Amino acid sequence: MGIDQTVEKKTEGGGEHINAYKKRINNALSNDFLRSAMDKFAIAYKESRKNAFADMDTGVDELIAEVAELKKNAVMKNSELLVQFRKKAEECGIQVHMAATADEANRIIADIAKNSGSRKIIKSKSMTAEETHLNHFLEKENLDVTETDLGEWIVQLRHEGPSHMVMPAIHLSRFQVADLFSDVTGKNQDAEIERLVKVARKELRSKFLEADMGITGANFVIADTGTIGIVTNEGNARLATTLPRVHVALAGIDKLLPSLKDALTVAKVLPRNATGQRLTSYVTWITGPSECKTTPSGKREMHIVLLDNGRSKIASDPDFAQILQCVRCGACANVCPVYRMVGGHQLGYIYIGAIGLITTYFFHGAENAKNIVQNCTNCGACKAVCAGGIDLPRLIKEVHTRIQDEDGHPLKSLMLAKVLKNRKLFHGLLRAASVAQKPVTGDTPYLRHLPMIFAKDHNFRRLPAIAKIPFRDRWESIKKEHQSAESIKAVAATSEKSDQKNQKNVKDNDKNIIRVGIFSGCVQDFVYPEQLEAGILAFSKYAQKDKKIILEFPMGQSCCGLPALSMGEKDAAKDVAIQNVNAFKGLKLDYIVTLCASCASHLKHAVPLLTGSILGKSATDFAEKVMPFSQFIYMTGGMDSLNAVDLQDSGNGQNMLKNIDRKKITWHSPCHLCRGIGIKDEPKEILGRTGHEFVKADEEETCCGFGGSFSVNFPAVSREILTRKLNDVEETGAEILVTECPGCVMQLRGGALNQNRSFKVVHLAEII
Amino acid sequence: MTQMDIVTEFKKKTSMVSSMVHEAQSIQDALEIAVSVCVKKSPAMMTNSSSETPHTGDSDSRISLMHGKTMAALDLDEDKLKILAKLCSDNNIDLITESLRNHGTGIDVGITTADYGIADTGTLVVSSDSEEKRLATMISEIHVALLLKSNIRPSALAMCEELELLTSKPSSYTAFITGPSRTADIERVLAIGVHGPLELHIILLDDIEK
Repeated sequence: MGIDQTVEKKTEGGGEHINAYKKRINNALSNDFLRSAMDKFAIAYKESRKNAFADMDTGVDELIAEVAELKKNAVMKNSELLVQFRKKAEECGIQVHMAATADEANRIIADIAKNSGSRKIIKSKSMTAEETHLNHFLEKENLDVTETDLGEWIVQLRHEGPSHMVMPAIHLSRFQVADLFSDVTGKNQDAEIERLVKVARKELRSKFLEADMGITGANFVIADTGTIGIVTNEGNARLATTLPRVHVALAGIDKLLPSLKDALTVAKVLPRNATGQRLTSYVTWITGPSECKTTPSGKREMHIVLLDNGRSKIASDPDFAQILQCVRCGACANVCPVYRMVGGHQLGYIYIGAIGLITTYFFHGAENAKNIVQNCTNCGACKAVCAGGIDLPRLIKEVHTRIQDEDGHPLKSLMLAKVLKNRKLFHGLLRAASVAQKPVTGDTPYLRHLPMIFAKDHNFRRLPAIAKIPFRDRWESIKKEHQSAESIKAVAATSEKSDQKNQKNVKDNDKNIIRVGIFSGCVQDFVYPEQLEAGILAFSKYAQKDKKIILEFPMGQSCCGLPALSMGEKDAAKDVAIQNVNAFKGLKLDYIVTLCASCASHLKHAVPLLTGSILGKSATDFAEKVMPFSQFIYMTGGMDSLNAVDLQDSGNGQNMLKNIDRKKITWHSPCHLCRGIGIKDEPKEILGRTGHEFVKADEEETCCGFGGSFSVNFPAVSREILTRKLNDVEETGAEILVTECPGCVMQLRGGALNQNRSFKVVHLAEII
Repeated sequence: MTQMDIVTEFKKKTSMVSSMVHEAQSIQDALEIAVSVCVKKSPAMMTNSSSETPHTGDSDSRISLMHGKTMAALDLDEDKLKILAKLCSDNNIDLITESLRNHGTGIDVGITTADYGIADTGTLVVSSDSEEKRLATMISEIHVALLLKSNIRPSALAMCEELELLTSKPSSYTAFITGPSRTADIERVLAIGVHGPLELHIILLDDIEK
């Protein structure tokens, strides 16, 4: 991307236009170096993170829970810790400054420089200083500021912002750096990394020796001793706090922790999560002005500037207080499928990655957040690695909603909300569309020609047509079929157990009856009803033979509400959530089973949050019963019967797999199944017993790029994520790709067809 | 975990972060190792990088232009210093014990003691309140640290109280050092020695009863 792009971005009033943003994204997508660098990083990171956590006495999740808890407590006690720290720090001789805003912090630091007669300043890496645009401010005050972290120095020389929180120059190649260093030194520099690093060492060492003042950030601000902790690999923060006669540390008030023990606990996670290191090369603990031989007093002048910039307001916000639990490791970017495609300059403003999509709104305003906040597939990969235990995907949607509430909702999102709130209108429109689409489907199951407004960007995958008869209209006959299948099964079961005395008990014993409500979700109801039909067949086929399944399909159910939430229409999402809870109320169901992983995750986690205050217990009762298809099959004892079917002919007519056409199959784990619900192995175990040959695909838990409205808003990014996924699948040589979410099926099947891939895509229900 | 196990773990983890570990049976032995590290070392990098001479007019660079090697020792007691001085003069090495700031562009080897080792991360804890000691661990191209085996702890959290004693002192400056200075800022390729030492040698002094 162009050198001045970020600068331009910052100064634009009212924020960047969405089309300009999309243009930048397209540029990034066609930047081959960026793409391959990001891709390599995404793969390597997962491995090194795993290794770094591997030999610990506590598990990753427990450790993260511990960090989240201690950060949460520190946020709650923040004002108390502030008073304590200030007292301690002042006793140690640190001058403590409180800055309410970014400008105030910059002003304070410029004044410190002036009052101490400092002109040459060296800086070690600080995201907080990036947040306040400190360098820009100091340069305007005629101060000479040099970044000394290698990556930060590179981006400073290029007049860019960092593209990653811990690897600021990850978007640049060695050749770009060599050109840059050739300019800086006035000598031709080879593009050899080892040598380039030495050039930086030499150039920057003389800057260190000349500097009057050193500015650092702080990873930890410890209240009970007045200590700050700084984490680095290069050692530049050590030189910056040792050679110059003045040291200024700038830190957000969210860095306050009660004690060293807390800091050491966070330090266990921070480097492991950030770069897959057990510990960085240096962790420096500074308690007050240390010895400095060039000053008359023999001590360095030391200041700490504690920045609020909206943090105390965030701390009192029940939804967002948890974002202050962030330890700035950057892991949320490392695992983000969108980040991987477009890089940090396109997926953040100053703060990068999932946390950046959220904090930009608070620290840099809605105008800088409004576009990036939509660039999220809602895959939950960030949440799964977050060192601070932050519910990032939910809060990204929450920011989107808030921005729309403030700035007005766009027409298409308003219309969607309006339509969704009225189920009959919504379903009526879908039925009408089923007829109206004929000219574009040519009566095939796909939309053959997209209407002009969609055509250009969206033809990267074939979109399915709307089914002629939705599931809800087929329900009565399906129900009858299911009932007869159940009675055949019961007969078979009783004949098998003919030696048992009381056969009737088998049939009517309450313990053996499983009452299941089907939640279809819109996609399976109106686009892929055949998946639901296959699923219902599978219920009878695979459940334990002495179990009787009774199905219900309440007609009052509507869309789960996830699409509304994705588009920032929280009110509509709440409305449909209430409709759905009420539709299933009073049916005395044991489970509410859905074949859509996204619906499952949304119903289970978001619905109680959205409606809990209105519906109380009935919302949590509803959520507890929700279960994805594979988990239900696995749990109802289906595994044993699958085994039986697979291994021996039981001779009762149920052996569907006896003459199976054995195929090579692989699995794509829907984000909302593996991370949303935590179901990872069950579907694969089921697949392993189908008689087909199962091959594991690389990165089977990485998003397919669908993300509902995401793929509509950012088709180019969606296409690239999809292609990456399809490549991994093709690599396995599988003939069939199985997944468990109709959204993924839509994306993957449409993409595979469009790209002439050699495999077909089916829902789990369709293969078992 | 016995102390021996902890030492073994420490050695394993330090080697994983490119530190070099040596075992010494005595102080004499340890200092001989340190001096041999200096002898084997190629001349100070600052004057040789990018195949060019250092900036003219930079008063500090004159020092690094000198051909002999320089070793800095900051916190050794008199007896150890005497041994080291002898070894240095035998090997034509300049030994400095103060004013490291005047050697800002580079010292070949800085030798310091380390207060503790942390086994699970392969870390040294160096209490470096004095500027000289701090600089010795930063501007030297090779940092050699002497560490008593008995001062190795299983983890940072397990020695929280000892660390609190070090870090709670006003004007204290405590360093955790885990391997040499490193960066992966260009194409995520690991490069050693960006600002601090290019090598870290740890000499373990055996003071454990077997």
